Amino acid sequence: MKRAIVIAAALVFGGLLINAIVDLPSSPVDLRIAVADNMANSGVSHPVTAVLLNFRGYDTLLEIAVLLLALIGLMAAGPMLPPPPNQPADALLQKLARIATPPVIVVGGYLLWAGAFRPGGAFQAGAVLAAAMVLLHLSGLLSAWNAQLLPLARRVILVGGFVLFLCISVALLAAGSLLQYPPHQAGLLILLIESGLTLSLAAILAGLFLFLSRDNGGAP
Amino acid sequence: MSSELLFAVVGALIFTLGVAGTVLVANLLRRILAFNLMGSGAFLVLVGLAQRGGESDPVPHAMVLTGIVVAVAATALALALLRKQHEMKDSEEELTEIDDG
Repeated sequence: MKRAIVIAAALVFGGLLINAIVDLPSSPVDLRIAVADNMANSGVSHPVTAVLLNFRGYDTLLEIAVLLLALIGLMAAGPMLPPPPNQPADALLQKLARIATPPVIVVGGYLLWAGAFRPGGAFQAGAVLAAAMVLLHLSGLLSAWNAQLLPLARRVILVGGFVLFLCISVALLAAGSLLQYPPHQAGLLILLIESGLTLSLAAILAGLFLFLSRDNGGAP
Repeated sequence: MSSELLFAVVGALIFTLGVAGTVLVANLLRRILAFNLMGSGAFLVLVGLAQRGGESDPVPHAMVLTGIVVAVAATALALALLRKQHEMKDSEEELTEIDDG
């Protein structure tokens, strides 16, 4: 009974939603024009990167804060059960992971650099690097992280991107307003922020997996 | 129907599926997945509608990029909490078994 009601309600809801989308009037504010007019001052030539790191830098700053918060929440939930006994890792898988990792790091670096003028940027680069770390973990070459025993260097990398971004935005307060880059240095500042974000994002995204994993990954 | 509208309509359908799943499914893991489906539908609507009128609007694209990363983090947190709940339930059952025995 409940099922039938929910399905009927969902159908009506879906119909209304589609109706609203089809009849949607064109927006009174065209942000495309606003973005295109200010591209010259943004310091990059790809509009999505300009929006993410310059025009709407606030969103990105809060986003990395949210990610950090989610990771801290995940660490606080903590493991209760001891890890299961180690399984011997597949030798072929390990070999392939060893071969794949260096090109993946290069791809991550390229994506970071390419973000200035074409699709790419810190998020994509961070996701690729995090995937490499997950691959290494699954093939038994990188042990799972323990929230109770987290080395200082790893903590610095986890929060570094956010702290760097925050410091730059606060420093810009002295020159004008929060997150308003001077047009001449904008490109350099965005690259600096994105580099920090890439490392932190890679560590945080990998951490979301590695803190949850109970697999010791072949390490003692 | 133009392709950008098609994306948005499919996004709305996926969102609706996610809503129905979130309400109907009792299993928490599946509920998390259904909730993610809602997010994916919303992203598809945003990306689809951003392309209205020829050239694509970079602002919704940037929003979706931000949204995807936040959705991943939120999902991981939800999974961690789910596992915690699972473990606590297990140890509770063990305790009741010991009490009974």
